[in-house]
Order: sequence, then C-alpha cells, then structure tokens
Amino acid sequence: MAVKEFEKPILKEYSPIPKLVEQATSHLAPFKSKEDFQKSLGYPGELVDNWQEVALGKMGDLLKKYRSLRVYMDSCIQCGACTDKCHYYLGTKDPNNMPVGRQNLMRGVYRKHFTLPGKFFPKLVGAVDLTKEVLDDWYSYYHQCSQCRRCAVFCPIGIDTAEISMAAREIMDSVGVGQKYCNEIIGKVHKIGNNLGLPKPALADTLEGLEEDVEEDIGVDVKFPLDVKGADVLLITPSADFFAEPHVDGLIGYAKVFHQAGISWTLSSHASEAANFGMFIGSYDNMRKLALRIREAALDLGVKRIVFGECGHAWRVAYSFLNTLAGPFDFLDPRYPVPQHICEVTHDLINKNVLQFDKSANDGKIITFHDSCNVARASNMGDIIGGQFSLPRDIIKATTNNFYDMDDETIMEKTFCCGGGGGLLTDDLIELRMKGAQPRMEALKRVVEDHGVTHMAAICAICKSQFSKAFQYYGFELDQIISLHQLVGDALIMNKKEL
Amino acid sequence: MPIEVNGKSFETDEEGYLADLSLWEKDLATAMAKEDDIDLGDDHWEIINFLREYYEEYQIAPAVRVLTKAVGKKLGKDKGNSKYLYELFPYGPGKQACKFAGLPKPTGCV
Repeated sequence: MAVKEFEKPILKEYSPIPKLVEQATSHLAPFKSKEDFQKSLGYPGELVDNWQEVALGKMGDLLKKYRSLRVYMDSCIQCGACTDKCHYYLGTKDPNNMPVGRQNLMRGVYRKHFTLPGKFFPKLVGAVDLTKEVLDDWYSYYHQCSQCRRCAVFCPIGIDTAEISMAAREIMDSVGVGQKYCNEIIGKVHKIGNNLGLPKPALADTLEGLEEDVEEDIGVDVKFPLDVKGADVLLITPSADFFAEPHVDGLIGYAKVFHQAGISWTLSSHASEAANFGMFIGSYDNMRKLALRIREAALDLGVKRIVFGECGHAWRVAYSFLNTLAGPFDFLDPRYPVPQHICEVTHDLINKNVLQFDKSANDGKIITFHDSCNVARASNMGDIIGGQFSLPRDIIKATTNNFYDMDDETIMEKTFCCGGGGGLLTDDLIELRMKGAQPRMEALKRVVEDHGVTHMAAICAICKSQFSKAFQYYGFELDQIISLHQLVGDALIMNKKEL
Repeated sequence: MPIEVNGKSFETDEEGYLADLSLWEKDLATAMAKEDDIDLGDDHWEIINFLREYYEEYQIAPAVRVLTKAVGKKLGKDKGNSKYLYELFPYGPGKQACKFAGLPKPTGCV
C-alpha cells in the first residue's frame, strides 16, 4: 500500500533520550471523519462557522464538569520529569510529543481564555488565542497520544495527559472536526453492535466454524454459544477475537476454559464488542450508549455474570466505569465481581484445581508478557494490589515452563504502549505507530537476545494487531505475538469423557 | 482519489478502497494490485473471488480463520494458513485482498 517512506528507527540496547527535532511529526494527522459519521454520533458534520466560540464554550463546560482538567491545566510546574517518558516522543523526537509539550497546546489556550494573567499579560504566561493553526496542531498532536498514561506515573503532581487528550478530542468533535477511524467505528457499534460491523449471521457462521476447528483439532465438542438465554456467563470480548489472528486463539482459549470448568456461557450478538471507543474521543454520552448495550444484553439473556475477554481499554471502562455508566447490576449474582476479567476467571479456576495443564504443550515457546497500558495503569484484577500484573503472569507460569520478563523500566506500571492504542490503530498513522513501537521493540529485542524469548503474550486486541504489524517492521515474525489465553488453551488438559 | 481503468473512473476513499462495491470489475483489481507492485495470478484470484462471494452472503469480509479454512479445503492444507495469505498479500490478507476485491476496509482493532 502506498505509505510514504519514513526514517526507520534503529533498535539499540539502551534507548538514549533523542535530541529534539522541532515539528518532526507535524505532518501526521489521521483522516477526518465524514459528515455522516459525525452526525450519527451527535456532532456537527463539518467545521462550524463560529467554531472558536463553540470550542471555548465546550472547553469551559469541560473545565467545570471535570475538576481534574482544570487542576491539570493549572498545576504543571514544567519540571521536565515527563519529557522522556512518552514512547511517541522517544520514537519521533518531536517536542510536541513530550507530555508537557502536548499539554501546553491546550494550556496556552486555557491561560488566554480562562485565567486573568493570561487575559492581561498573555506573552508573559505563554497564553495563545485559539486560531485555526492552533486547532490544526491540536488535531495533529492530540492524535499522537495513545492515552496510555505512562507520563502520569512519573509526573510528581499526577497530571494525566490522557484526560487532556480526551478533552481536546471532545472539543474538536463538538466543532465538527472528528477522527474517521474512531467515529466510523463508534457508529458501527451503535448500529450493528461491534467495531467490525459484523452482523449476526456472519458471527454465527464464524463461531460455528470455530467449533468445527476445535473438534477437529482436539476431538472435544467445545461450544461457542451465541445468544443463549439463561446461560450463567455473558462473555463480552473485542470483535477482533472473532475476526483476526492471533486474537481468535485467545477466544478458543476462553471457550476451552469454560468448557472444562463446566461453566455455561454465551456471547451476545447485540453486545458483540468489548471495546468502547467512546473513551478515546472523551465522549461520556457515546461511552455510556455503548456500555448500555452490555446491560441490555445481560438483562435480555438473563445471565448471572459478565466476563470481559482480552481487551485493554475495555477493561478500564468495565472495571472503572461500567457500574456508573450502565449500572446498577443488582440483577447479577452477587458472589462474583461485576464485571470480571477472563484472567480472573481462569486464575481462580487454577487456584481451585479445576484446571490442569500439560505445560510441555507450550515447550516450543519462550514467553515474555506485554502489560497493556489500560490494564496496567487504570485497573486491577483479583482484588489484590498489583493483581493486574500478577494474575496474567501467574497464568503464564501455570501453563508454560519458560517465562522471562522484559526490563523493569518497561513493564507493569511503567509499561510502554504498543504504539497503537487510544484510537490510533489506523493505517493513516502507520509512521507514528511504527516509531512509537520502538521502546517496546527495544525491550523485546533484549529478552530475545538474552533469554531466547520466542513469543510475546498480550491481553489486548489493539496490542495484538499493532504488534503483528510492528514485529514484521522490526524484523520479528508476525506469529511471535500471541494471546495469553492461547497458552491456556494449548496446555489445558481437556476431559474427553464428558463428551 | 479516483482510479482510471479502461477509460472509466472509479471513485475510492482516502485509502484507495472502492466507494461503490457494485461497480467493481476484474481490471480494476488488477490496476489496484499493480499500484501495490503485485501481479495478480490464479492464486490471488482464488482469494479475491472467495472474498466477494462471502461478502455477498454476509455483508462483511470473512474472518481470517474462515478464510484460511476455506483456502485449506480448496487448495490443500499447506495453504490454509495466514503465512500463505501474507505471501500473496504482504500488507495483510484482511486489508489488501479486501481492497482488490472492492470490499470496504475492515474496521476495528484488526
């Protein structure tokens, strides 16, 4: 495909902090959303005439609604702790991709229009008018942030650039400047139920095919139920799990776990998507509308539990916001957390000795684990401190004999983004995605060289797709990225007698 | 950006996917492939034809596993895998083959 040539980063043993290159990626901006995508989400179809007034009005609303945003605008002391923490800065060298640089794009406008010193002495405090040039910079650089929140870990004040990016995108949508990738997808979920636009007959056909595959492969009649009323568990998983590789091997893993544990479960054609891109564009209304589909499906099918599959930001939305977005869930079984992550389900079953594994089935692989940003920095698992780090690793250790973590500075709460999160997993941003993957690829290269690591497991659909591309770009193999539940599925000892 | 083939102009979106699926013709696929430096052979056509048939029935491109299985059944097990499809369509069977087949681009976390 016609992708413009760009300089390929060289993977080094240690990543030096790059010298600044002003405007290095100012040419990058994703395709803008078409009129009908915008309108279906409740936004103007194109840039409105009085856009400055509307944008500043919206910004004022958000500053009132989200106290955090005002605190983030006011409290930065420009200390520099965040500057070298963003994978996009490290990969692109553009100072606007330093978290503080990215924040300052909004901070200048904030100071001009919402603070007294900015109104009276704009030059002294770096206050700027919201001009078309500034809006263009916002569009470019707020779409060069994957909202991964790594910078916030290092900020002594705790400023969360992700929230600033989300607010900026919400303001831009409100004046008619939206991003095609996110907004087209959100429209598809509203209309069809998932990011892909996969209609029920196609989903049913795909699941039927998987049942045949698994039966042929291991001789066990593992089901992939769809819209089964009265099932105990409703599984909400990213639609990429139905469609793409290596995602589908994760789905097969979940199905084997449910089968072996004797848990009745179902997927829903109404809520056939875990992802919630409403968060990426900072839109509470869209995020809520998407989340409500899950509630509707749970009520309609009469399930007792809701379990989420491997999807990073979906787990943030589910873990942190689902109850306020779409609750109360008092109709579910109170003995289980609402919602639950598939890793929590599997981990619990391992602890109770319900699942047994033949680890040698995975002996051809030496594994490392990529912590997905939204799971790592915005959620928890298992109701224990750091459970979002320990549960996936426990599962890997229970199912394989060979596991090595990457460098401490690049895992757990300090994990580097895959380079494609936050609504940036689109081909029009391929340069940004490949450059942003550099820090993760360097860390991977070290464990490959030091420990012979052959595969990286992940628990996020975006990470898996992004790595499929980045691995090929950086000289690894496409199939070296795998789903965590593929390891589970491959090693799980299945009881064939139950047939 | 429209593509000109046999004196006809075909409208596409920003990424080169055909705007109107019903206007697709074989020469258009050949022209799109040429832009990506691919000469379409019988192997490519097997995939493109399957994609179009599947789309007609389900209004969506087939999942990768559905596609590899169908290819495996028709052309032999050694070809029923992603590696084979990537050899034919280096930019990814889901996206590049769909483009040549006139299908819309698969969206989402794929």
